[in-house]
Amino acid sequence: MTQPRPRKQVHLAAHFPGVNNTTVWSDPASGSQIEFDSFVRFAQDAEAARFDFLFLAEGLRLREQHGRIYDLDVVGRPDTFTVLAALAGVTERIGLTGTINSTFNEPYEVARQFASLDHLSDGRSAWNVVTSWDAFTGENFRRGGYLGQDQRYERARLFLDAVTTLVDSWPEHAVVADQAAGRFLAEADPGRFTISDSQFDIAGHFDVPRSPQGRPVIFQAGDSDAGRDFAAASADAIFTRHGTLEAGQAFTADIRARLTRFGRPRDAVKVLPATTFAIADTDAEAHELAAGIRLQQVSPATAIMLAEQLWNRDLSDLDPEGPLPDVDPIVGESTVAQGRASVRMVTDQLETAQRWRAAAAEHGWNLRRTVAEMGNRQHLIGSPATVADLIERYVDSDACDGFILVPHLVPGGLQAFTETVVPLLQERGVHRTEYEGTTLREHLGLAPLQRPAGRRTA
Amino acid sequence: MDDGTHGQRQRLPMLLGIALDGAGWHAAAWREPGVVADRLFSAGHWVDLARRADAAGFEFLTLEDGLGLQAQPWNAVAGRTDRVAGRLDAALVAARIAPVTSRIGLVPATSVTHTEPFHLSKSIATLDFVSRGRAGWRPQVSPRPAEAAHFGRRTMAAELTDAAVTELLDEAGDAVEVVRRLWDSWEDDAEIRDVATGRFIDRDRLHCVDFEGRFFSVRGPSITPRPPQGQPVVLALAHARVDGRSPSSLVPRSDDSSAAVRFAVRSADVVAITPADAVQLRELLDLVAQESAAAGRTAPLRVVADLVVLLDGPDGEPAAERRARLDAADGSPLVSDAAIMAGSAAELTDRLTQWWGSGVDGFRLRPAVLPDDLDTLARSVLPELARRGLRTDPAPGTLRDHLGLARPENRYRSTVDEGVPA
Repeated sequence: MTQPRPRKQVHLAAHFPGVNNTTVWSDPASGSQIEFDSFVRFAQDAEAARFDFLFLAEGLRLREQHGRIYDLDVVGRPDTFTVLAALAGVTERIGLTGTINSTFNEPYEVARQFASLDHLSDGRSAWNVVTSWDAFTGENFRRGGYLGQDQRYERARLFLDAVTTLVDSWPEHAVVADQAAGRFLAEADPGRFTISDSQFDIAGHFDVPRSPQGRPVIFQAGDSDAGRDFAAASADAIFTRHGTLEAGQAFTADIRARLTRFGRPRDAVKVLPATTFAIADTDAEAHELAAGIRLQQVSPATAIMLAEQLWNRDLSDLDPEGPLPDVDPIVGESTVAQGRASVRMVTDQLETAQRWRAAAAEHGWNLRRTVAEMGNRQHLIGSPATVADLIERYVDSDACDGFILVPHLVPGGLQAFTETVVPLLQERGVHRTEYEGTTLREHLGLAPLQRPAGRRTA
Repeated sequence: MDDGTHGQRQRLPMLLGIALDGAGWHAAAWREPGVVADRLFSAGHWVDLARRADAAGFEFLTLEDGLGLQAQPWNAVAGRTDRVAGRLDAALVAARIAPVTSRIGLVPATSVTHTEPFHLSKSIATLDFVSRGRAGWRPQVSPRPAEAAHFGRRTMAAELTDAAVTELLDEAGDAVEVVRRLWDSWEDDAEIRDVATGRFIDRDRLHCVDFEGRFFSVRGPSITPRPPQGQPVVLALAHARVDGRSPSSLVPRSDDSSAAVRFAVRSADVVAITPADAVQLRELLDLVAQESAAAGRTAPLRVVADLVVLLDGPDGEPAAERRARLDAADGSPLVSDAAIMAGSAAELTDRLTQWWGSGVDGFRLRPAVLPDDLDTLARSVLPELARRGLRTDPAPGTLRDHLGLARPENRYRSTVDEGVPA
């Protein structure tokens, strides 16, 4: 009798939510977004549940709307690298993933920081590579908003290549530390490098020995063609927005096909959608809970702001309890909102506005309700068993390889998931009860690095 | 107001900092039996040292850093295999050791020459949050051509002119100014969580810093709220030129040793000086006082003297022999921009007591071997200084508390009355 195929394992991670309306700061159970204790609690909850990693985003400039600092959502966050390094001190195994942009940074510095974080965490570092290009953000940096939008992916690609070259520059056993013989290094001149391309002209010696993972695990988030190619060429995991099972299967299949084109194994990139959740004893209670959270997330004032972001117009005269705007969105670059990546992700404003109108008409929703229902919805809604079933179904049918959970409350919001759903997944044998490996690469089931790894071209 | 420098008024207890770098400040330190040389780049190494320093009662520790390999002389490229090469990012080491320490201040060095002030500001502010108010920062200029080549945006001459040093220090002064403004760009009570009006923050309590300088402009506000200390502690190292023996092989040559002091007077809360002896200590204290007066500085500037300390070995090996043995292992005698105190714990204690009499606020000790000399300090020097009534261990609190520095008012604090909109 043949052995049953081992169950496909579900990869789970946790995103510490911050500066958008996912976070319900007004709830009495909502804790600090800046005190270290919040991050410690969050990290330790995720580690107790044996998550692969936790994830922090990045801030480069406070968001504005109509030229004024946006004050309805959480504002303010700590520095990503610094918090991750500190969290390495209060955790043992969980991966530490940070978003670090490739525009307002230099490769030598970022490479030192990731190599150092990897050493300081015994091999748990990961980098979500993002681009930025706008002059608005550039006003905080000495290099300014100097990059054209069409150059951002090229810079990101070359930036990642440069960092990879740097962190690879020390051979595996460069540090001999032979006290008796007086040999610290195997060879003189460790870390030699030369990088010369359209973005960088740098040379010299990298000054951090090779770290436990060798390189940070590379994440990428991008739905565009260029983004998917970037991920297929260079990433180890891809963040994506959560959608239907079929959409997930199509996306994952597309990524796998691109991987093949780039000469990489089909499972070289883990597909991980970010998702919010609402869990209660019964499915019906969970849906009520979810609807209530959505209304908490979309106050009347927030509804106007979010509508303005889609319509790209001033809608301050509208009544949130009244109808949708009867004008069309102004298509194109946002003149209303600054510093907000989500605004750029809506590629067809007219079509989205039409869908909102249709939904409002069908259900009799006012503006606020429409925004709450048509904006970011939770995707994992139900009793613990229902949610566990849903997760398993998505992973088993190759719609994804797991999920990044985003709670709406910090720091304790993760527990609603970790205390109810995780034990079910563990019982079903699709999620670990103990960490086996020590590095994030091992948690994610990534193949060991081949060295030296050349640049991949399609 | 008591400025803490060599006056006859009420003095703070002697401040002690410990300077950490690699396996210690002697180039052959990594070869000592007490050193686990292949762990120098691990969390364990730094956690261990931090815990020892914390337990010993030092007010602060500093962490060295750079943007290239260590090199002697300073403007050369490394070529040896018998010395420690490589470092971890000091600010991240500081963050890593924050949760495992409780009293000691954490003062990483960072370059201000090739880096973004905006990133530095939030990095040190966040260090202050994760350490509950124990963050400090040593802004450091990067004069080395090799380091400039790692960034490819500017070139630096192999021979450093005074004009170049002045420009680097001017840039450093601007960087610290921007960082300080960004630390203040959030008022302490900017986060209001006002459910009634749906506002998380009061945007009128956030301020653009609008810095426009020769080297960069930065708009702000910071993305990180005001740190627990308000302004983390800034420490500047002001090398002195030692008459008769220039340390130029180790640090950029400058005939104007007051340039670095002026930078400290403009920008720092603590200045570390490197007198060769007691006479030069008094000269440098006078120089600090003169430059402070000339700049119209009224806020306290704490002055600590750097000393390399090479003490009797853990098994009783006399310091002189130990020094000779380490020198022989390295192939060169130990040299430093700071005075080198090689002797017993008792001799060091006496030296510190003597120099303390000149009016310096304290010392930053650079142990020749880690952890051996740190352990000797903890066991035999700090307790003796306490017994002599010259210092006590720091009480729980912030680094500013340890240094007797008040928490500063926010420079942007609204002058509008409560309840009246701006």
